[in-house]
Amino acid sequence: MTASDTALAEQENREQVVNDFSITIGTVNGSGSQTSNLTIIRSIFKMGIPVSGKNIYPSNIQGMPTWYTIRVSKDGYLARVPEPDIVVAMCPESFQEDVDRLPPGGLLIYDQGIRAEVEREDIFSYPLPVQKLVRASDAPRNLQDYVANMVYVGALVALLELEIDKVHQALDFHFSGREKPVDLNYKIIQSTAEWCSENLEKVDPYHLERMEATKNLKLVSGNEAAAIGAAFGGVQFMGWYPITPATGLADMLKVYLPKLRKDPETGKNTFAVVQAEDELAAIGMAVGAGWGGLRAMTSTSGPGLSLMTEFAGLAYYSETPLVIWDVQRVGPSTGLPTRTSQGDVIMAHYLGHGDTQNILLLPGSPYECFKFGWRSFDIAERLQTPVYVLSDLDLGVNQWITEEFEYPEVEMDRGKVIWEDDLEAFEGDWGRYLDVDGDGIPYRTVPGNKHPESAWFARGTGHDEYARYSEDPEDFLKNMERLRKKYETARSLMPEPVLDEMESAEVGILAYGSTDPAVQEARDHLRDRGIPTDSLRLRAIPFTSVVHEFIKAHRQIYVVEMNRDGQVHKLLSLEVPEETGKMVSVAKVDGLPLTAEWIVDQIESMEEK
Amino acid sequence: MAKRGGNGQNELGLTKDEYRGAPSTLCKGCGHQSIANQVISVVYEMDVLPEKIMKFSGIGCSSKSPAYFLSRSFTFNGLHGRMPSLATGAVFADHTLKAMGFSGDGDTASIGMGQFKHIMRRNVPLLYIVENNGVYGLTKGQFSATADQGLELKKQGLNPYMPVDIVREALASNATFVARAFSGDVKQLREILKAALSHEGIAIIDIISPCVSFNNQDDALHSYSWGRDHEVAIHDLAYVPPREEIEVDYDKEVMKKVTMHDGSKIVLQKIGEEHDISKRVDAVNLLDRADEEGILLTGLFYIDTEQPSLIDIKGITEEPLNRLTNDRIRPSREDLQDVNEMLF
Repeated sequence: MTASDTALAEQENREQVVNDFSITIGTVNGSGSQTSNLTIIRSIFKMGIPVSGKNIYPSNIQGMPTWYTIRVSKDGYLARVPEPDIVVAMCPESFQEDVDRLPPGGLLIYDQGIRAEVEREDIFSYPLPVQKLVRASDAPRNLQDYVANMVYVGALVALLELEIDKVHQALDFHFSGREKPVDLNYKIIQSTAEWCSENLEKVDPYHLERMEATKNLKLVSGNEAAAIGAAFGGVQFMGWYPITPATGLADMLKVYLPKLRKDPETGKNTFAVVQAEDELAAIGMAVGAGWGGLRAMTSTSGPGLSLMTEFAGLAYYSETPLVIWDVQRVGPSTGLPTRTSQGDVIMAHYLGHGDTQNILLLPGSPYECFKFGWRSFDIAERLQTPVYVLSDLDLGVNQWITEEFEYPEVEMDRGKVIWEDDLEAFEGDWGRYLDVDGDGIPYRTVPGNKHPESAWFARGTGHDEYARYSEDPEDFLKNMERLRKKYETARSLMPEPVLDEMESAEVGILAYGSTDPAVQEARDHLRDRGIPTDSLRLRAIPFTSVVHEFIKAHRQIYVVEMNRDGQVHKLLSLEVPEETGKMVSVAKVDGLPLTAEWIVDQIESMEEK
Repeated sequence: MAKRGGNGQNELGLTKDEYRGAPSTLCKGCGHQSIANQVISVVYEMDVLPEKIMKFSGIGCSSKSPAYFLSRSFTFNGLHGRMPSLATGAVFADHTLKAMGFSGDGDTASIGMGQFKHIMRRNVPLLYIVENNGVYGLTKGQFSATADQGLELKKQGLNPYMPVDIVREALASNATFVARAFSGDVKQLREILKAALSHEGIAIIDIISPCVSFNNQDDALHSYSWGRDHEVAIHDLAYVPPREEIEVDYDKEVMKKVTMHDGSKIVLQKIGEEHDISKRVDAVNLLDRADEEGILLTGLFYIDTEQPSLIDIKGITEEPLNRLTNDRIRPSREDLQDVNEMLF
C-alpha cells in the first residue's frame, strides 16, 4: 500500500463515492485492451448503472498509447468529463502522463512491471503484479499478452466491486458464447480479483453499487444501430470504401444483412454490398443503383465525402435518390482520423459545384441512428435526392445506452416511381422532370419498365422537363426553380427538432448530434447557477418553422457545436437573418467530445457580460 | 439476317427505326456514328426489346453518342471516367437487362483508368465499348493516352509519350472477353458486338474509331486509311444465335466454337496464325508481333465463359431487385424483436 498520509487523512473526512466517477484506462494500442474495456462498461451497464465509454485511440495498428474513459453516473450524466477520478495505467509510454492527470485523492491502479513505485503521495494507488498473475494462469504463451489486460478487469472486480457474474455475462456476449476464450479470460479476472482481496487493503472511497437504471435498455454503437436501421429500411445496395470511423457501419451491414435479408421464398439475397476501389466508385455504384430503383447507400467520413463530391452533384441534379452516411472525424484534410467532430455540416449541405442544397439528417443517439437508418430511404426516394446522415466518431464508434429499437411506424415510402400501368394514365405526356403535383417532385421510371415510353436519358447536363438535352435559358431557370421548390417541400418531411423547456428560461440552446449528453448536463448546472435554459436539438436541415419560433421566442440563443467556425450557427444566420444579433456561436473542436463543464463556462461567461 | 416479322420487322414486330435515337450531333464521318449504326443493327437483329437494354457513358464525344441510338432504352450519361461505377450499381437493379457502356480513350485510359481496371476485376456483366481515336475531340484535339508515340498533329505538335493499349490493359486485368475492332470494318464489328452482348460478364471491345476532325491523317494509327490498309483480322468470326444451326461452311479442322451461356455460339475460322483464345499470353504475343509488323490486329483476343459475374457472386434473387415488393425488403417485427434481444 502506497497511499500517502495526506490522502488517507483526506479520506477520513470524505464520504464514499458511489456510482459517480470516471475512469481512464491507458493501454498499448493493439494489445487487446478493447475487449477488457468493453467488458468493464458492459458489466457496469448490467449492474443497472448509467455508464458511457469513450475510446480515445490513435491512428495506429499496434504500439501507441490508447485511452478508454468510462463515466459512471447515478444521475445519468454520460458526457465526457475532462479529468478522471480513477486511472488504470497499463501503458509504459503514457504512464507518467496518466498518473499526473489524477486529482488529489484520486485512485491509481497500475502495472508494477512498468514502475515499481509511484512518486505521488496525494493519491491512492494499488500496484498489480501483472506479469506474475498472467504467468500463474494457464493461458497459452502466445495469448498471454492479450489476456494481460484482463488483470485490470479483475482489479476492478475486487476494488470497485464490479460484479463478477456480470463480467462473465459480458465476456460471454463478447465471444458469442464460445467457451474457450470466455474461460481463458474469466479465469485471469477471477484469479486477479482473489489476489487483490488477499493482498490489497481497500482504502479509497470509490464503489460501484447495483442500480435499476438500465432495465430494458441496450448498449450499442451508432454504427451498429445505423446498419440495423438500414436493414429494416430495405437497403438493397451498399457501395463503400474503408475509412475510419465509418468502416464499422459497413462491417455491421455485412453481419446483419445476411441474417435479416435473405428472401424467404428463395433464400437468395435481396441486397448487395460491394467494397469499391475508392470513394468515387463507392458513391458511383450507389448512384447507379439508386437510379435503377434500388434503396442505395454509401458510408464514409470527411475525406471520403470530399472525393464523393462530383457524384453528389450528379445525384442532386439528375434527381437520384441515395443515402450517404458521413461518420464525421476531425478535418481539415486527413486531420485527426480517430477523433470526433461536427465539421462537415456546411460541406455536406452544399456538396457539389453550382447551386446545390442537400438534405441533412442529424442523429443524436444510437436510437436515432437506427431510426434515420430506415427513414432516410423514405425521404431520399420521396424527394429523389441524396440524403446525408451526419453521425460522428463518438456516436458511431462508442457504446451508448439506448432504448430498444422500435419497428418503423409507417409503411415504406417508395416515392413517385411509376410502372407500366401508371404510365398509361399519363396518356403520352409523361416527362421525367415535369412538376405535375406542384411540389417540385416529378415522377420517375426505372430500368426494367417495359412500357415503350418509359425510358429516359439521365444526364448531368442541362435538361428540359422531358430529360432532353437543353441549353435554353428558360429551361435551365425553370428546372433550378423547381429544385428550389422541391427543397421547400422537403421541410415538411424532416424529423422535427426535440424541444426541452425549463421554467422561466430566457435563453435558448440550439445543438445537434452527439453533443446532446453534454448539453443536457450543462443545462442542469446552468439552472443551478441561476441560468435556466430551453433547448432545441436539431435533427435535420432544412430547418422547420419550429426552429424559427424557438429563435424568436428567446432573448439569447447559444448554438453549441463541435467545430471551429460554428457551421450551424452560420446556416441559421442565413436562415433567420433578422435574428442574427441574438445568436451566439459556442463552438469548439479539439478531437474530444464536448464536456458539460466547457459549455457551462462558455455560456455563463457570456451571460455575465 | 432474315426479317422474320416481314415489313422490316424483327421477331418482336419492331422496325429498325424503333432502335434509333435522336439526330446525331457528331461530326460527319465520325467513327462513333458508324459504331452507333452497328449497335442499332445488332440489337434489332438479335430481337432484343430496347427496354431490355441499359446504356451508360461517361463524358466526351463517345459518351454523347448513346443519345443517338436506342432512345427506348434507359440511359445514364454520367461523369468523366466514372461510367464503370455507375453501371456496376445499376446492373443490380434488374439483372435481366443487358447493360452497355460507351466510353472513349480519354474517358477510359486517362481519367477513368482506375474504374476501368476494377470493373474488369469484378466481372460486371457489361458490354464495355471504348471508342478509341487517340484524341480529345470535344476540347479540340489534345492527345489522349492511347495516341501513338511520335504522332504529329498540327496544333499539338509531337506526342513524345508511349501509348496505353486498351486490349493489353484488359488482358492484364483479367477481363473475361477482350476484343478489338475497327469502325471501318462493320461486318466484323457487328459479329463481335453480338458475341459480346451474349457474354455474361465484362466484355471489352476496343474499337479504333477515327476522329475526322483532329486525327485522321493517312499515316496515323487511328485514321480510316491507315486502318483500312493495315487491318489484319486474327480470325474470321461469326456469331450464331441460340437455337440456330451453324451454317457457316468452314473447314472443320481449323474451326473453333465457343458456346455462350445463352446458347449462342461464336465460330472462329483461322486466317493466319494459330491463336488460342483461352490463353492471355498468346494474345499478348500476337499484339507484340503486330506492333513490330506495323499492323492493326482485330478480332477476339481472349474469352473466359466460366468466371462468375458480379451478379452471380452476390447471389441475388432471380426476380429483379427493383421489382421486389416492400414486404420482401423490410424484415418483420419479430425479426426486430430478435435483434433487440441479441443486443447487449
